[in-house]
Amino acid sequence: MSEAAKERPLTGDLRPDGAALSLKEYEAAGGYSAIRTALGKMSPAGVTELVKTANLRGRGGAGFPTGVKWALVPMGPDAPRPKYLVVNADEMEPGTFKDRLLLEGNPHQLIEGVILAAFAIQAETSYIFLRGEYTVAEERILRAIDEARAAGYLGENILGSGFTLHLYLHMSIGRYICGEETALLNALEGKRATPRTKPPFPQISGLWGKPTIVNNVETLSNLPHIVNRGVEWFKGLSRTPNGGTKLFGVSGKVKRPGLWELPLGTTIREILDLAGGMRDGHTLRAIIPGGASTDFVGPEHLDVQMDFDTVGKVGSRMGTGTMIVLDDKTCPVGMVHNLIQFFAQESCGWCTPCRDGLPWIQKVMAAIENGEGRPEDLDMLRGHTKSLGMGLTFCALAPGAMAPLGSALVRFKDEFDRHIRDKRCAWR
Amino acid sequence: MLTEDIKKEIDSHIHEPQHRAAACTEALRIVQRHRGWIDDESIREVAAYLGMSSHELDSVATFFNLIHRRPVGRHVIRICASVSCWVMGYDALRDGLLKHLGVGMGQTTPDGRFTVVPNQCLGCCDHAPALMIDRDLHRDVNLAALKELLEPYR
Ligand SMILES: Cc1cc2nc3c(=O)[nH]c(=O)nc-3n(C[C@H](O)[C@H](O)[C@H](O)COP(=O)(O)O)c2cc1C
Ligand code: SF4
Ligand code: FES
Repeated sequence: MSEAAKERPLTGDLRPDGAALSLKEYEAAGGYSAIRTALGKMSPAGVTELVKTANLRGRGGAGFPTGVKWALVPMGPDAPRPKYLVVNADEMEPGTFKDRLLLEGNPHQLIEGVILAAFAIQAETSYIFLRGEYTVAEERILRAIDEARAAGYLGENILGSGFTLHLYLHMSIGRYICGEETALLNALEGKRATPRTKPPFPQISGLWGKPTIVNNVETLSNLPHIVNRGVEWFKGLSRTPNGGTKLFGVSGKVKRPGLWELPLGTTIREILDLAGGMRDGHTLRAIIPGGASTDFVGPEHLDVQMDFDTVGKVGSRMGTGTMIVLDDKTCPVGMVHNLIQFFAQESCGWCTPCRDGLPWIQKVMAAIENGEGRPEDLDMLRGHTKSLGMGLTFCALAPGAMAPLGSALVRFKDEFDRHIRDKRCAWR
Repeated sequence: MLTEDIKKEIDSHIHEPQHRAAACTEALRIVQRHRGWIDDESIREVAAYLGMSSHELDSVATFFNLIHRRPVGRHVIRICASVSCWVMGYDALRDGLLKHLGVGMGQTTPDGRFTVVPNQCLGCCDHAPALMIDRDLHRDVNLAALKELLEPYR
């Protein structure tokens, strides 16, 4: 392992030219030694226990502890078969561009993570569910799967361990809702991607009713490093009790938008500094910390540490860790209108509050932005942030849409009022 | 009629023989790559090949945005309409592109060369605004250089 990879295990060994690490290069950086250790010397329960103790939390947005999730999968000779390990590589949350780097830059790291997770839950089949627009990743993953199979890392009796895993790439044909793990399973089965009732959770009844784990690309890419270097090292990477590093990104009107692997618990201010601060002539107004489904935070929150627990204390979420910056030259109402337009279009249509509520909100937002809003519209919007809240719709898409709206109605109350009073958008 | 080549390609996505229908989204992608879009005849053929009813397959084909159930031009431009690109100038880029091509959103140029559709976040928000033409991603798109950008796509 290189010096850089000791602090930045996910990205320290990436090639500067952006090409994917070949099998040889990945092996030279210590790649595929973790499966030798795990398949050769550890039990499946031992791998799960290791990941639990490392306190690895899911990087798909919700932050659920990975080892805890795996431990719910039925094990032993009586467990239903086949079992599945599914990679969520759908990455469609607006403002999110982190998994792309790992998929394009180091597909073997992901594949090794897949083998480790599949071994832990004793799955014999695995699918990578990749969004259709990621065409570069598609080519590189297909090639990496071929290389790994030829080297004996995939297929029957991997490295003589008796463990068998078949890995396939599935290309998605669109729609944000596919990222929701039960909708993803329906899409994989060749159906419309509507979410399923939970419980039963996929760990018990997932793909074709069989035990299934769905994990995010970044989550899985951490696994080889945890096995290779151990729990204490992994915990030490973080500045908070959440283990490990995190890919953090910044987009919007900053000097150097980008993506960095940093300790969990890095502050928003430090991340913005890496992005070079605001562009000249622009002032920071607010930040959406982790993809479209998270509440706005403000300049008063710059010293908040980005991890799964701390951001929650100021009323938002770390989400995907890729923040979107709002500057003073951009209309907050227009920005929220854009977000709502996204969610309204991507509603899968399964449940009424979301299917009918989001387009209604979108129309009202458009009216306000176009100077045709009425004061009572704001009460209607506030009412919707309650009636589309967590637990009141079939899945988390609608509550996710209400996060930026609800926080904007408080934080930018004056701007909403001004649009309605002046009958126009002051930024146009 | 699905050609033998197309059938072979579809077969390579049937990983578990008891679940043939699971290959239907991949099959739609493959047929669309060969025929440009998915017409009713394609729906019937693919459904029959995978043991589904055509209504079942059409309910899938109409759900997902990367499948075209209407004819499109030789090249499809997917312009990112999501939040980071919006902050970085989506409105102006969209208007400029449509004006340059002389079409509205969702329409095809009269010479059949381009169809323009909006797309959700393309996952390169640090290089906004972005768009895709066919399988190619274009980042930090500059309105002034549109002509050169489109040139290779004949
Ligand atoms: C509407 C919606 C979209 C989602 N999109 C994604 C996604 O693109 N990628 C992802 O990893 N998780 C996504 N999730 C979260 C997944 O449902 C799931 O929690 C995650 O894949 C679990 O992986 P993890 O435990 O490794 O984080 C989405 C959730 C919802 C409700
Ligand atoms: S909340 Fe929206 S996306 Fe989720 S099931 Fe209901 S309609 Fe579908
Ligand atoms: S918002 Fe356009 S690429 Fe993400």
